[in-house]
Amino acid sequence: MTSLPKEQSKRRLGLVIDLDICVGCHACAVNCKEWNASGYHAPMTDKDPYGHDPLGVWFNRIHTFEETTEAGQRTVHFPKSCLHCEDAPCVTVCPTGASYKRSEDGIVLVDESKCIGCKLCSWACPYGAREFDDDAGVMKKCTLCVDRIYNENLDNETRLPACVSTCPASARHFGDFSDPDSNVSKLVKERGGYDLMPEMGCSPTNKYLPPRPRRDEKAADGAPPKRLEQANPEGGFLGWIDDLLSD
Amino acid sequence: MNPAASIILFTTASGLGYGLLFVLGLAASFGWLPPSTLFAVLTIGLALSTVSIGLLSSTFHLGHPERAWRAITQWRSSWLSREGIMAILLYGPACYFSAGWLLFEQQLFAWRAVSSILAIGAAATVFCTAMIYASLKSIPRWNNQWVSAVYLSLSLMTGALWFVAIWAFFFPVPTALSTIALVSIIVAYACKYCYWRYIDSAPVVSTAESATGLGAKGKTRLLEPPHTGQNYLLEEMGYKVARKHASKLRTLCLFAAFGVPIACYAFIYLATGYYVTILAFAAAVLGQVGVTIERWLFFAEAEHVVMLYYGKDKVHG
Repeated sequence: MTSLPKEQSKRRLGLVIDLDICVGCHACAVNCKEWNASGYHAPMTDKDPYGHDPLGVWFNRIHTFEETTEAGQRTVHFPKSCLHCEDAPCVTVCPTGASYKRSEDGIVLVDESKCIGCKLCSWACPYGAREFDDDAGVMKKCTLCVDRIYNENLDNETRLPACVSTCPASARHFGDFSDPDSNVSKLVKERGGYDLMPEMGCSPTNKYLPPRPRRDEKAADGAPPKRLEQANPEGGFLGWIDDLLSD
Repeated sequence: MNPAASIILFTTASGLGYGLLFVLGLAASFGWLPPSTLFAVLTIGLALSTVSIGLLSSTFHLGHPERAWRAITQWRSSWLSREGIMAILLYGPACYFSAGWLLFEQQLFAWRAVSSILAIGAAATVFCTAMIYASLKSIPRWNNQWVSAVYLSLSLMTGALWFVAIWAFFFPVPTALSTIALVSIIVAYACKYCYWRYIDSAPVVSTAESATGLGAKGKTRLLEPPHTGQNYLLEEMGYKVARKHASKLRTLCLFAAFGVPIACYAFIYLATGYYVTILAFAAAVLGQVGVTIERWLFFAEAEHVVMLYYGKDKVHG
């Protein structure tokens, strides 16, 4: 049934993505593709993968934005995957019952055997989280690695979404938002985690942590940024060593 | 949004069919339909064939047409499901109405009652179609009340124009009938005008800043897209129509859908004989062409907020 669960699910599993830490290496997207190409939604079709015009299904894509701040421009790497919304419009528009939100943990999934490939769910999603697989004729999306996080064949440390387990910078965190003491809830509270496009009214579960203010931005409020005392203001050999070490 | 030919064909053909069923049902419930078998066969044939062609063409773009039956199960939440159910249920009253008109005494109370159900059902089906689009918040240009007004009024207009066109082959067109058709053109024009005026002056709904949560102190722009090639989202939602083409097409649509049909009906009041038939037929054909352009623009001009992640800086309502 594509009506949303009547009550909020007991557990609300999702991701926190730290925009301050993400280095834009695309490892999360690659490992997502790697795992899911043989997982719940396998295959994740690629067309012309080595040709001039490759086209394929990905559940996670890394955009890079330039943000203007008081101190100038800043580059922010911005990974985006399904946000597993509380009020998921992709679920309610589904005419067949293929799209559903799990009442036990809030994960939004597609039952491929019921999907007719009408694509309406991908129109309804403001975030572009759903991608159509031309080859299979069905809609595919991030499963929050439902086939990893509950997989008893894996050891405990590996039972994380593929994107989280692979992130070399620990910019992605997985947890239960219904628990105020969980790692993700704490991060959101401490760092001011926020929703993407709140005006769309989807109440996304996944939260984003804003980039921290830059050191020179902080200093702009009060004293000028501290600089080391120059060892040899006249230059010369010691001045050259000082320049070298100061960089 | 990508203006897929199958969806344009579906919405314009079924719009015409349901509009015609509405006119037939309404005329029947008042007892205004002439007892002419050939006229009945032509009008019913046109209505049911366009409705059926539309339904079939809407399944062409499905990834799994063989599972289409599943689409009638989720009427509690999905407008697409509601539309599917209405479309199928409506064949019942449509068949009863047709049999009554063609084979039996048409003045029976039951037949008239079913005819009015047919008219209401046809309008409700078009409303469901419109709500599929109007309920999507992610496409602000569709998420307004003018969309259902436009779908309903254009459906009524094309139905009425074809009804008069077929009528004119068999009987002289009474002034009342051509006036009803003329009013339907003017109402449809008014709705479309309001839709265009609304989307042209609608406020900004979402921005690159609200989509990313960045840029509290200034602009945010896409520096690097996630990949250099195409993807499904860009092909489906990234369709852009150049502004100058859009305004030319709007003008063309105004002439074909409303301007020429109104002129034809102005002459119908003065004309007699074959001229009336030719004018009514020309109005119906051009109206249909105009509505097809209108529907293409409806899709091509609509912007999806996901494009904010691919370089667009704001999306208007």
